[in-house]
Amino acid sequence: MNDTTGPGDDVQLITLDVNGTSHEVITAPRRTLVDVLRHDLRLTGTHVGCEHGICGACTVLVDGLPVRACLMFAAQAEGARITTVESLADPATGELGDLQRAFTAHHGLQCGFCTPGFLMLAQGFLAERPEATKEDIREVVAANLCRCTGYQTIVEAIDACATARRSQRATGAEEESCN
Amino acid sequence: MTSAKDDRLVGRSVARREDPRLLSGRGRFVDDIELPGMLHAQFVRSTVAHGTITEIDLSRVRQVPGVLAAFTAADLELGDITAQLGRPLSEFVPTAMPILARDRVRYVGEPVAVVVARDPYLAEDGLEAARVTYAPLPPITCEEQALAPDAPRVHAEAARNTLVDVGLFATEGIDEIFDRAPCVVHVDVRTGRQNALPLETRGAVARWDDREEQLVLHTCTQTPHQVRTVAARCLRLDERAVRVIVPDMGGGFGLKCVVGREEIATAAAALRLGRPVKWIEDRKDALSASFLAREQHYTARAAFDADGRILGLDADVVCDMGAYSCYPFTAGIEPLMASAEMPGVYKVPAYRVRGRAITTNKAPTAPYRGVSRPQYVMAVERLMERAARELRLDPVEIRRRNVITDFPYTGVNNITYDPGSYLESLDLCERAVREAGWYDRQAAARAEGRHIGIGYSCFSERTGYGSAAFAQRKMEVVPGFDLAEVRMDTSGAVTATTGTISHGQSHETTMAQIVADTLGLDIAKVKLHQGDTDRITYGWGTFASRSIAVGGSAVRLAAGKLGDKLRAIAAAEWGIPPEETELDRGRVRRRDDPDAALTYEHLADTAYLTSHLLPKDIDPGLTATAVFDVHNDGTFSNATHGVVVELHEGTGQVEILAYFCVEDCGVAVNPQVVEGQCRGGIAQGISGALFEQITYDAQGEPSATSFMDYKVPTAQEIPEVVIHHLETPCAFTATGAKGAGEGGTIGAPAAVLNAVNDALRPTGVELDHTPITPETVHRALTPRTPEQTP
Repeated sequence: MNDTTGPGDDVQLITLDVNGTSHEVITAPRRTLVDVLRHDLRLTGTHVGCEHGICGACTVLVDGLPVRACLMFAAQAEGARITTVESLADPATGELGDLQRAFTAHHGLQCGFCTPGFLMLAQGFLAERPEATKEDIREVVAANLCRCTGYQTIVEAIDACATARRSQRATGAEEESCN
Repeated sequence: MTSAKDDRLVGRSVARREDPRLLSGRGRFVDDIELPGMLHAQFVRSTVAHGTITEIDLSRVRQVPGVLAAFTAADLELGDITAQLGRPLSEFVPTAMPILARDRVRYVGEPVAVVVARDPYLAEDGLEAARVTYAPLPPITCEEQALAPDAPRVHAEAARNTLVDVGLFATEGIDEIFDRAPCVVHVDVRTGRQNALPLETRGAVARWDDREEQLVLHTCTQTPHQVRTVAARCLRLDERAVRVIVPDMGGGFGLKCVVGREEIATAAAALRLGRPVKWIEDRKDALSASFLAREQHYTARAAFDADGRILGLDADVVCDMGAYSCYPFTAGIEPLMASAEMPGVYKVPAYRVRGRAITTNKAPTAPYRGVSRPQYVMAVERLMERAARELRLDPVEIRRRNVITDFPYTGVNNITYDPGSYLESLDLCERAVREAGWYDRQAAARAEGRHIGIGYSCFSERTGYGSAAFAQRKMEVVPGFDLAEVRMDTSGAVTATTGTISHGQSHETTMAQIVADTLGLDIAKVKLHQGDTDRITYGWGTFASRSIAVGGSAVRLAAGKLGDKLRAIAAAEWGIPPEETELDRGRVRRRDDPDAALTYEHLADTAYLTSHLLPKDIDPGLTATAVFDVHNDGTFSNATHGVVVELHEGTGQVEILAYFCVEDCGVAVNPQVVEGQCRGGIAQGISGALFEQITYDAQGEPSATSFMDYKVPTAQEIPEVVIHHLETPCAFTATGAKGAGEGGTIGAPAAVLNAVNDALRPTGVELDHTPITPETVHRALTPRTPEQTP
């Protein structure tokens, strides 16, 4: 028994794959994925804003797709690949990834509380839809709430990142075809 | 005295120092704090709006597995929170807010008991086992009920449920002015009750530190020193024995600038149990049981001459402050702000106002970004529009004839306005709207039967309130000054400590810009510390757009003093007067010999490690502190907003097609940060104008307890904002900056409402209330057949 379970609770041992690392967690069935990430695995970058799936501060990727970690039990995530904001910077150097750099360049965050959710939302979306237009991005950004920025700079940051990734791919393809 | 002008960081959009940790999940917010042996608190809350508690039975709570304790008011014996104004009882009735309700509850959600368990899930289990019995009393849920002559009282001491009733101004002869005026227009403006809604809810982690003999209270507050004062008083500790530490904070917007009850109860539980206790508010409590704001009612009229020049303004303001007065501002915060500042940017020769705060059985209120200014600007801007219609003047032209143009200007409200760009911002905003083609598009749309409207609001925002300005409100505690300490270590790196506390405003960057410029230092060498009551003697925190104007000035002054000391040490080494030296990129240089320079590292080495070399009149060490206060009426930022909306007939939806903002906050320390404040503020203003409202039913039950029933706008509703900057530097802040935190929120509701009314012009319907709901718009656009007309 640990501090996260009650004396009468059923507990179970689950294995979670988070950011490529496998973690064994003893947890009660009712614990949500976000609570296990934050409090059991101490990955506190994922935030809790509403606990009912509206604000999106807890957005993580489950098998590459954006998911509200407050609406999912940790046990349901067993066997899936979970990706959190902690994965975005270079693990060795701590250097920010391109999406993170775009957020800072465009002032896409103020207090930073909603930011991990928007980053993971965008990361999942751009992987699926690299060709997304700015209007597509605005529509997806509307899935989450931000109270500081008025959203414009979040949309601009994600759009700039998408554009840069496309031009990089084009350059890469060009170089490849030249070789 | 500093480096070359083109090296200066103030005025440049320097990349934020806060970002790397916040972007990589390494921020540390209050819920990220985990302490060994930590317990978790949640609150049993009133389920009735008004009633007497007849029994609190927590016996079954204490039997819930994992629950360690449950406390009522009687168990904890805490002092009350009482906010005071130095006004006679006829103007202000003080009321006490107990930490936990004793025998009486006054709103749904009022904390009645605190349950402490081993984890948050178990604490929630505990809440479900609580049994509280109430003898219900009739709830007061609206202004009309509250002010009725025989109304039941929310607080026994407050007759007619009135906590504040002041008539701050009444120009002699104002009635005659109205009697004789060729044009008198009226408005009846109401604004909905809102939640400031920081995305991070409130929370606290409390523990007793035996070695320091101190309660350490980590809490997300905009006013750490005020929380310390109240915690010490309620817990009956010396103030020294309380240390408040503010971690990263997920927004505040005013909701977190008052002292809450839950953080004190959390601290009391931690002391009682001898273990760390954490409380994290859930969204339901945050929406319905924290602090709300904005519910006001203006009955106002204005007199104009035939040319559209305003002759007089006469207003009655009623602010529904809910169940309690907030600390330290009191229930006077909204009516006093509205009364003092309503004439705003206009040359109003005669003014009368009555401002009232009423108490109702709703969650209490806190200052929310803009504080009364979004509402009184709306009332005044509606009066302007109405007069323009009556006098057949262009709405921009009537404003042009009335805005203050000669500064300094002392208004009928005894406030002296420092220079601003009221007329210039108005002209530029209109030009921006026109050049973007919106007037032509509006005409074309009207011809097609579409409803496009253009609206403006013109306003100023008093910022940098010093103690003189706050003293005018007659608060018992008078905010105003702020304190900064700047110190350099032996490596030449600088730590600046402030009494302000950033929670999205980017002070770690902007304050560092100020220090770096003042000392001619690489910004990477400067680190800001804030939000720790043990690291700075006192501070007033971050609210009222005061941080850069007041706190930034203190930082600038302290850094200047440190620079003077560096020059003095260098001058002593050279044997020349300090005036013959200057600071330049991390060195002190001789003015008469550009090649002679001593690095800060070298001078710091002298100051600390070889201080025997210092002359007798120079103390060892490199630390400087400074206090800054504003001794006049403050400094006024200003702006004009221009909005284009289209109303959709079928759905009643208000779509914002374009948004223009021309703002002037003096010297913008970091223009990107200022733009962020504008855009974010405008988004919140639009939220109030079109979407957000918490209503209460006849039983006093709040309508909104989740985001399912409180509509927070998303990227689909909030438009892009085109921003133009003007710069009228402030003459008395140390950087020339004025505050920039609230303007966006102040201007947006009036501009949106005016645009909606412009779109409705062909229908003859005029709307004066917010939020403007789809239902209202739909009804206004639907022609009524005679039998439908009541």
